[in-house]
Amino acid sequence: MFLTYVYRELRRRHRQALLIALGLALGVCLVVTVSATAGGVRDAQNDVLHSLYGVGTDITVTQSAQRGSGDPQQFGMNPGSAQKQGQRFSRDAVTSTMGLALVADKKVTSIAGLRGVNAAVGGLTLSSMHMSGKFAKIVGGSSSAGGSGSGSAAAAPSTTTSGSGAPSQAPIKISSFTIAGVDVADQTIGPLSSATITTGRTFTAKEDNAAVVVVDAGYAKQNSLVVGDTMKIAGVSFKVVGVSKSASGAANVYLPLRRAQTIAGEKDKVNQIYVKATSATQIAAVKKEIKATVPGATVTTAQDLADQVSGSLASASKLADQLGTWLAIAALIAAVAVASLLTLSGVSRRVREFGTLKALGWRSRRIVSQVLGEAVVMGIAGGLGGAVLAVAATRLVGVLSPSLQATVGSSGVSTSAAQSGLPGGSSGPAGALSSLSHTVTVYLHASVSPGLLAAAIALGLAGALVAGGLGGWRAARLSPADALRRVD
Amino acid sequence: MLYELTGVTKRYVQAHKNVAALDGVDLSIAEGEFVAVQGSTGSGKTTLLQMLGALDRPTSGAVCFDGADLAVLSEARLCALRSRAFGFVFQAFNLIPTLTARENVETALVPHGMHSAERAERAHAALAEVGLADRASHVPVELSGGEQQRVAIARALVRAPRVILADEPTGNLDERTRDEIVALLEELWGGRDQTIIMVTHDSRVAGRASRRLWLEAGTVASSRYAPEGSNELAPATADELGAVPARG
Ligand SMILES: Nc1ncnc2c1ncn2[C@@H]1O[C@H](COP(=O)(O)OP(=O)(O)OP(=O)(O)O)[C@@H](O)[C@H]1O
Ligand SMILES: [Mg+2]
Repeated sequence: MFLTYVYRELRRRHRQALLIALGLALGVCLVVTVSATAGGVRDAQNDVLHSLYGVGTDITVTQSAQRGSGDPQQFGMNPGSAQKQGQRFSRDAVTSTMGLALVADKKVTSIAGLRGVNAAVGGLTLSSMHMSGKFAKIVGGSSSAGGSGSGSAAAAPSTTTSGSGAPSQAPIKISSFTIAGVDVADQTIGPLSSATITTGRTFTAKEDNAAVVVVDAGYAKQNSLVVGDTMKIAGVSFKVVGVSKSASGAANVYLPLRRAQTIAGEKDKVNQIYVKATSATQIAAVKKEIKATVPGATVTTAQDLADQVSGSLASASKLADQLGTWLAIAALIAAVAVASLLTLSGVSRRVREFGTLKALGWRSRRIVSQVLGEAVVMGIAGGLGGAVLAVAATRLVGVLSPSLQATVGSSGVSTSAAQSGLPGGSSGPAGALSSLSHTVTVYLHASVSPGLLAAAIALGLAGALVAGGLGGWRAARLSPADALRRVD
Repeated sequence: MLYELTGVTKRYVQAHKNVAALDGVDLSIAEGEFVAVQGSTGSGKTTLLQMLGALDRPTSGAVCFDGADLAVLSEARLCALRSRAFGFVFQAFNLIPTLTARENVETALVPHGMHSAERAERAHAALAEVGLADRASHVPVELSGGEQQRVAIARALVRAPRVILADEPTGNLDERTRDEIVALLEELWGGRDQTIIMVTHDSRVAGRASRRLWLEAGTVASSRYAPEGSNELAPATADELGAVPARG
């Protein structure tokens, strides 16, 4: 009887039942889609953070360089003698990344010894600039050779840079790339930890001072480098042993740390310390300890970094976190409210019917469960419908696969990037030479998990139960006499 | 006595107006009586029937049915009484529009918690008794008014209640159908020795009752028994007001 009655009622009021189920389905679909998308955004953000930061790294430690000690590149571009004017030149300069102070690598050992620290490795990020071209001819004795327009320090007053409107006839080629010195003993943290080796191999533990190099895929392609090639850094030949790929391109090339220290002339110095905590809960405490151990250090945790992520990914994640969730909840509430109202109006039209059943001796409970039974069917239909709609909607997100950009720090401002403690956190000595971008593009993929689908159906059901419960209570509340007198 | 009502008062408060639908009704009804309840509109006939059928509780007074006061019984006991002791027939039939005739009759057996096969069988038997065996699978809209009321009567009779309470069961029917329904009720009544309490505006219907009860403004104005062997009663007179039942 129960099922017959439920079935007959739903069939008679199929339009209303369909409307209720559809409302619930839309609400459920929105909730599921938003949470699936939010999950996708979160995944994307994790991807970005990992690629920028290193999967294993919890904390990076850097120290800002003192003002004025930022190691401006000095090329010594003066022709020196009049005979050299108009002749070819080639210069290399490898310097520690601007804005980052060098610290003795003993500090790494002391940080590694702190409580809550699992491991700590040092890293040295460098930028290498290579210039070649011809010396400018000084025309008419006036030494105006590019004296304007250069951002270089006073030590090289007549530096000519391309595009500065200098009288030099020959173009000057400038190429620059970033270098990260990697502690070969522990590569699970540090600059290479976020990269995957696409061809070749990474450093072996024995290669702590070897002339080998791992090249970032993008840089390798640009310079037609493959495994087995050699490339020159600061005049020294390095053998390419591997090509790596990381979304951020933490550096263009990776060297064993000691080699990096040697070519930069900074023995036993590092400018980045990568720290891995024993557990995520330790991170805050470790950050405090490090600050005490290395006064003046900039200690950046993954969370700090996440807070600095800007761009459409950050907006999307904010949107998903704040607006999206509320929107979804509001939609669900609206759907439940509409379902409740429709159920209530349906029930109020049946008050006399329920009064009759009560006069026949039906318990209020039975009448409530009758209304609930109808609601359950609509709820399951709504939940299933919502799940189907949500799968379709997330498929659509997958097909459209919107790209999201994430930028860490404000790009182009080297100090801010350096303070963010990023590997290679400098945009180069001059804005024109900006070689490293901290903008990462990821593609959004929303996926609906079985758990989420189950939750969707449960949501639809819960919504329907709320609606049915309200309606049932309204129906059963009246005494049979009152219910029978009701004219509708 | 089956029913023993003493000082039954039912008040409704509506828009700050206190309406006494029943105002101190004293009444006894014996088992097996066919009582016709008459009175002008608003005199409290429906309200009285609801008190007798345990559909509502009086504001004050006692409604003793078979020795138990319906005014103070628990809701669960009232439910049990409604499902076993009373059978209602309404003026507007009050069938469940989505259910077939047989299923409508079955709703009366649902509180008894019997097996569905037995329920269907008994419902079918009840429909056969009111002459609607061939209409068992029709829904109410496919039935005429008289047929719908027959279904409602089958629904009231299917559990063999001690009391049939009918509120103007012929009010929505034309003359011919009305006669059929009354004949049916009489036939069923005669065969089972059930107590019938029927509200009716029709003196021809009331004339068939064994007792006529007149209500006026919530009080019993007169109560007269039909002379033995006669179906025609003289209209109530003032001196019969508050008459004591002589039968039962
Ligand atoms: N739920 C209620 N709320 C307020 N007043 C009510 C309610 N039920 C009944 N009444 C009032 O009580 C009085 C008696 O009503 P009742 O329905 O018993 O009359 P009745 O004799 O059945 O009338 P009719 O012949 O028109 O059916 C009426 O005045 C009516 O307005
Ligand atoms: Mg009435």
